Amino acid sequence: MLNEGEVRIPSGCAISGIIDRTGCRFNGNDIIKSITLMHERSNGLGGGFAAYGIYPEYKNFYALHIFYDDFNIKTETDKLLFQYFDIAKDEAIPTQRLSTITNQPIIWRYFVVPKTSQLQDKRISDNDFIFNCVMKINKDYNGAYVFSSGKNMGAFKGVGYPEDIGKFYMLETYEAYMWTAHGRFPTNTPGWWGGAHPFTLLDWSVVHNGEISSYDTNRRFVEMSGYICNLQTDTEVITYLFDLLIRKHKLPINKAIQILVAPFWSEIEKLGNTIKNDLKCLRSVYSSALINGPFSIIVGCNNGMIALNDRIKLRPLIAATKGSKVYVSSEESAIRIICNNPEKIWAPKGGEPVIVLLEKEQI
Amino acid sequence: MSLDFNVPSFEVIRNEKKCIQCKVCIHQCSNMVHVYDEEDAVVYSNNNKCVNCHRCVTLCPTEALLIREYPLEFRKNTNWTRQAIKEIYKQAQSGGVLLSSMGTPKTFPIYWDKLLLNASQVTNPSIDPLREPMETKIFIGRKPNKLDFDNEGKLVTVMPPQVELNVPIMFSAMSYGSISKNAHEALARAATELGTCYNTGEGGLNKAFYKYGKNTIVQVASGRFGVHKEYLNAGVAIEIKIGQGAKPGIGGHLPGKKVGEDVSATRMIPIGSDAISPAPHHDIYSIEDLRQLIFSLKETTRYSKPIFVKIAAVHNAAAIASGIARAGADAIVIDGLRGGTGAAPTRIRDNVGIPIELALASIDQRLNEEGIRNSVSLIVAGSIRNSSDIVKAIALGADAVYIGSAALIALGCHMCHSCSTGKCNWGIATQEPFLVKRLNPEIMYKRLVNLITAWNHEIQEMLGGMGINAVDSLRGNRLMLRGIGLNAKELQILGVKHAGE
Amino acid sequence: MKKIYALEERCLGCRLCEVYCKTAHSKSKNIIKAHKEEDIESAIFIEEIISEKQISYFALQCRHCADPQCVKACISGAMYKDDDGIVKNDKKKCVSCLSCILVCPFGAIKLGKDGKTVSKCDLCVDYGKSLCVEKCPNNAIELLEEHYKKEI
Repeated sequence: MLNEGEVRIPSGCAISGIIDRTGCRFNGNDIIKSITLMHERSNGLGGGFAAYGIYPEYKNFYALHIFYDDFNIKTETDKLLFQYFDIAKDEAIPTQRLSTITNQPIIWRYFVVPKTSQLQDKRISDNDFIFNCVMKINKDYNGAYVFSSGKNMGAFKGVGYPEDIGKFYMLETYEAYMWTAHGRFPTNTPGWWGGAHPFTLLDWSVVHNGEISSYDTNRRFVEMSGYICNLQTDTEVITYLFDLLIRKHKLPINKAIQILVAPFWSEIEKLGNTIKNDLKCLRSVYSSALINGPFSIIVGCNNGMIALNDRIKLRPLIAATKGSKVYVSSEESAIRIICNNPEKIWAPKGGEPVIVLLEKEQI
Repeated sequence: MSLDFNVPSFEVIRNEKKCIQCKVCIHQCSNMVHVYDEEDAVVYSNNNKCVNCHRCVTLCPTEALLIREYPLEFRKNTNWTRQAIKEIYKQAQSGGVLLSSMGTPKTFPIYWDKLLLNASQVTNPSIDPLREPMETKIFIGRKPNKLDFDNEGKLVTVMPPQVELNVPIMFSAMSYGSISKNAHEALARAATELGTCYNTGEGGLNKAFYKYGKNTIVQVASGRFGVHKEYLNAGVAIEIKIGQGAKPGIGGHLPGKKVGEDVSATRMIPIGSDAISPAPHHDIYSIEDLRQLIFSLKETTRYSKPIFVKIAAVHNAAAIASGIARAGADAIVIDGLRGGTGAAPTRIRDNVGIPIELALASIDQRLNEEGIRNSVSLIVAGSIRNSSDIVKAIALGADAVYIGSAALIALGCHMCHSCSTGKCNWGIATQEPFLVKRLNPEIMYKRLVNLITAWNHEIQEMLGGMGINAVDSLRGNRLMLRGIGLNAKELQILGVKHAGE
Repeated sequence: MKKIYALEERCLGCRLCEVYCKTAHSKSKNIIKAHKEEDIESAIFIEEIISEKQISYFALQCRHCADPQCVKACISGAMYKDDDGIVKNDKKKCVSCLSCILVCPFGAIKLGKDGKTVSKCDLCVDYGKSLCVEKCPNNAIELLEEHYKKEI
């Protein structure tokens, strides 16, 4: 059977996310509880979490989480890393043995900053340097896979049910101001650790429930800007779209949303001239970035969280608030189990984002 | 010598029991096939004049007429076919270059028919266009790499001019002269009602049609017929025609007999003079020359209109297209091997160029690899026969398609391949007033509107089936395609997997 | 009242209107029988107008005049204007004096094939629909209100 990256694999899923707007940190118990409730929405072939604010002591370093198939490829990859980066610390990511989790790869993390000499040579920003490195390792280093590369954040994922993955990585020992989680129901996969969600790039993480029918259009669009779609998954391309629009093209979040889940022309026609013209420009210039097909996603970054549905809401997404916390999930029950009596609970409309920004930036 | 080796191509069969001698066939045939014999009170037919245009068959009130291929058999020979032999008779008699009209009849592969579309099952719901929005609006024109907004969220980027189309289908260039004024009027009115564009072709724009300017693309070709400042500013875009799929590397020739008073005024040439478009533009011998023409036209229109450049699909089309994009064109039009024409040398039409599907796939891929695909629009032409051809073209990477032959068929063309005679019985490819009259724009523009409306609905159904609700998400979405019966090389060029993969 | 109008600029001279007029006024109402077995004169006929530049055509039929000369001239009371304003001919009353043919300013009344009765357009009132209008391939014959005609 072919791995992800060698063949395109669509999948259905459960997603959940919690953020504390004030930046106050809490451990992974709640998010595990929430995603566990939606056990039926996944099939044991993938689960994962993204956690923001977990490495305050290394917050100025990029935290690279890497899967290795064996020590040979680790040695080879290490050569590249030590050549390109100043490495503050590297270690195996702590895990505990579980009967339900098998075939785990070597899981390593590195806290790095690009060597100044490297940056000068290449005349690019830190982020772009990391970006290029991640692309290079994932494309050229067969058996090594960078699955997390942001600052003060990390992805923890693998093959198994999400509750087991949570225990495996001992997420109750981490404290984050934002958690997202994913339980996977792929329709065709050998179950590869790298293929689990969240998919991340720099500080972006995406958990996703859906199958995007615009995949190849989106892929071709991001590839023109140097992104390499190694995994051939929807989540990967969605992450790249966010990175391209918001980080590289510096578009405000709301404009990026108007591209990814563009308002219908029939709605645009009803608007005033300036906004109508803006939307026409956005839709025509970025027409290939429109995400089509059913999806609900939770996107995390160092500024906060965006939860989003496709334009006609073909996948479930519920949001709730209580105090400084905002919850989003595939199912209402998965919120209520960790949040009694939410102040507000609602189903966002298709194409209507839930954007939760931190009150003060964490980095 | 009076002996003509050529036997008729068609045989007219008249059912005498049904024929009421109403003489409708006689009045309708501009080729004088049908003749009434007063003495015997019968209508008989001159088979050798028949071009099989079906006008008489269609108008016969009693269905008394039938036309079939002339049943004279040649000795079976797969090499020396009837066609090959007849062409030699013809040239031995005339001493001239063989001329043909419409697209090539040869059996080149039609890749549209070897591509299959995807549909959603279980993991992804299909969308019903009768219940949900299904968008087919597109914009043709140069797109900036990115948009910039200032701190107040105001758009800073100056957007280059765009042509807004409600459907990804336009009517391709057919000049006034090659087709009739009524045909042009039908195309112009249909384009206006549909919210799309028709193309003047290289024949200028009749004053009467300036009012359809918002739905007009004006063409500048090597003969520069009818080109002046007002003309260039009359439409929403300008198309520089370098080549045509049916006759790459060849110019055009409108015979003087088609240049009547009105065509003469529109083309700005004397009445009765042949209008000859040179094979190349004599001010474009290289890509940098093209850039100069593009920018001359932009200057003339104060940068308010996108400039299209149309080329025939030839072997090196991908590299040429890249050059055109970099020369400043806002849209590239590719016309494939099977594209139509009013008249072309038969050998050129049937042997020069490559199929549009392969050209499109390789151009889209090339522009993508160079990172400039999003900056230009890609329009394809050359035998788009139905809505699924369009869906496949867009999935291979086209923004929009041009239809020529299909539009003419909607106007009554029965593909008799005799446009060059000027005696089109359907009032399309003729300037004879009594024939032109047969194409009533009032009736015919509605047929065009019907056709495109029907196609657009079919496109929406196919999009919905794929779980897509905007045509934007189909462009270049080759995962929606699978090849059937194609070899590995063809699949590689088309960038699609084989069915079952 | 709606009348049949021929639009010269659209007429192709195909004469299908004549064919269908005869069919509508035949006993059999069958197009082949009407022509092969019955002997009917059409009440609409195509006139050729030959000018220097081109030949044009014009379909000619009764105008159902407000003040019809044919009715005035009829000596037997066969020609009359009915309550709807349609000028009709009662073949039973006709004595074949042919005065109507003489006075019609448009030449829209023709002598029937039998040489006795006259043939003129009756808007196919009995047939139910004006077949010449319906069958014209180029919309050159239209059934229009009088004021509407001016707008075309």
